[in-house]
Amino acid sequence: MKFFIRRAVFYVITAWAAVTLNFFIPRLLPGDPVQSLLSRYQGNIDVNAVKSLRVLFGLDSQKPLWQQYFDYFGQLFHGDLGISLQSFPTPVSEIIGQSLPWTIGLVGMSTIIAFVLGTLLGIVLGWHRGTKWDALIPLTTFFSSVPYFWIALIAIAVFGVNLGWFPLSGSYSPDVMPGLNMSFIASVCYYSFLPALTIVISSIAGWILGMRNMIVTVSSEDYVTVAQAKGLPESDVMFHYAARNAILPQISGFALSLGFVVSGTLVMEQVFSYQGIGYRLLQATSNNDYPLMQGIFLIITFSVLIANILADIVYALLDPRTRKEA
Amino acid sequence: MENKPSFEAEPALTINNLSVDYGFTDDAVHALRNVNLTLHKGEVLGLAGESGCGKSTLVYAATRLLPPPGLITSGEVWVTGDDGKQYNLLALNDRQLRRERWVDTAIVFQGALNSLNPVYKVGYQIKDAIKVHRPKWSAARREERAEELMDMVGIAHDRLNAYPHQLSGGMRQRVMIAMALALEPKVLIMDEPTTALDVVMQRQIVQQIMELRQKLGFAVIFITHDISLLIEIADRIAIMYAGEIIEDGKAMELYRQARHPYTKGLIGSFPPLHGARKELGGIPGSPPDLADLPQGCPFMARCAYARPECASYDVALQPTGLPQDSVGHTVACQLFVELQKDGVPLPTGLVNS
Repeated sequence: MKFFIRRAVFYVITAWAAVTLNFFIPRLLPGDPVQSLLSRYQGNIDVNAVKSLRVLFGLDSQKPLWQQYFDYFGQLFHGDLGISLQSFPTPVSEIIGQSLPWTIGLVGMSTIIAFVLGTLLGIVLGWHRGTKWDALIPLTTFFSSVPYFWIALIAIAVFGVNLGWFPLSGSYSPDVMPGLNMSFIASVCYYSFLPALTIVISSIAGWILGMRNMIVTVSSEDYVTVAQAKGLPESDVMFHYAARNAILPQISGFALSLGFVVSGTLVMEQVFSYQGIGYRLLQATSNNDYPLMQGIFLIITFSVLIANILADIVYALLDPRTRKEA
Repeated sequence: MENKPSFEAEPALTINNLSVDYGFTDDAVHALRNVNLTLHKGEVLGLAGESGCGKSTLVYAATRLLPPPGLITSGEVWVTGDDGKQYNLLALNDRQLRRERWVDTAIVFQGALNSLNPVYKVGYQIKDAIKVHRPKWSAARREERAEELMDMVGIAHDRLNAYPHQLSGGMRQRVMIAMALALEPKVLIMDEPTTALDVVMQRQIVQQIMELRQKLGFAVIFITHDISLLIEIADRIAIMYAGEIIEDGKAMELYRQARHPYTKGLIGSFPPLHGARKELGGIPGSPPDLADLPQGCPFMARCAYARPECASYDVALQPTGLPQDSVGHTVACQLFVELQKDGVPLPTGLVNS
């Protein structure tokens, strides 16, 4: 229990630091959103309108910085991330709320698939090292060393354009009604197949190699020899003794990659015109949409933190040595 | 064996002509060469020799636990099963091998600290072997057996729910012993079971093993380089040098009447507890390179009694042929070949008592 409290305190402090940085960095940049809005309308804005925009964006410089800082926190706790410039006056939280599920669904699912598949393959490869299974390694490493957007483009060219098996872009068919019905879900799965495949193919090698190497290391541990000497079935030795210990570093890696789910597939979503958070971030950047960028950065930070919390919990469940008894 | 020792003469484990190489190529290390060894039922057999002489390789090979690139190049290992029938362990297929392991032969390994899986409770690790080999037993019966085993090694029952890192080194080694005895094996192999422990704990553990052997009657192969410990606990001692057994005999006889010059040197390098103080002798030089063995006796270069004939000696155990030695006392040395064949007398240093 002490372990979890200590970790919780750590995460609260980290979250506070992240939010603080997120508050100050944009304010240290030259220029402000109102100026960029002005330049978008080429200065054709009334002076009074400029003034009210400043108030709206919380840029009325009457308030001292520390006051703004506390206001920012207050807004955060109400889920208020400001207002998007680009799709003015939609609140940032609404935009994020719309695009986040798509990214988490697509990239999250494919990361989990890649992790599970890669780890299982890594166990088999590590256990049967030196056999024909090893041929899989250069193959998967090849795919992970190729830039994934290139794989994505090839996948679109082959399966989308030439063979016509899969749609080229988008996240569901325009013919179906979004909602909890079978045809919509089927359409979402169908549209996400190619992007998901690309992510799995380009990331699986890391999981395979990591797991394989850990299995090789752990296999020479005395307790694995003891398990063999006990005459346990090979699968027991492989999973309960070798893999059970070898998987621990994989879990940390998995948590980190979960954290990057939200941010990591910017280009991917661009290539497939997938309406996820990465796509939004790119739009926000090219349109100087500071509030949206800030909001997305905050979400990315928190997703990394949450992924780490999950990893800590899983790690503590898997490895008794981490949960020290008080 | 012709002579009748204090223990039953029936073999529990017989190793015939066992050879092991590390590596497949021309520069392979010949770690074990034509080793013959018999362990009798209920006997404590000590296996001694300096580091790298092949003690551990011998037992790992004999139990088919040799890690790659270790390769058994020849030999047979006959184990007497529960039904009294003997089977060659090296000829079993994987399924048969796994079924026999731990039931007839159990091992306590060198590294007490790393022999337990850190992520499982010790109770789980004791019981999983029982579960596999005694599939008909209920969970309650397995639990009962685990508690019984903990009693045997003097650890409280609630420690079954402890993780390995919550136990001390001595306790972990006791758990390993309990685990090894779970299925009442006929043969217990102990590979330097006390190396990682302090002397007080060593003493306790060794005493416990000997008490358990009295009670349960299993045979023990005890590997150590602590020859003074062996003289105390073992019925018989086999001395290894450079991958070969060079002397084999009853413990006290080997101590008092060591025949091989190497054994003499080995015993001479430990201080005696009783009797007059004497200067400790070491053995000059170092063991030969097992990848590039010289012709003849491997100990020749370090031997004070070496003769030109030793260079063509084909190492093999044979009875010493001395009237004061028992028949089972065997030695692998050119001097004893010459003694028996041509009546060439032994150097005075080797004929004492």
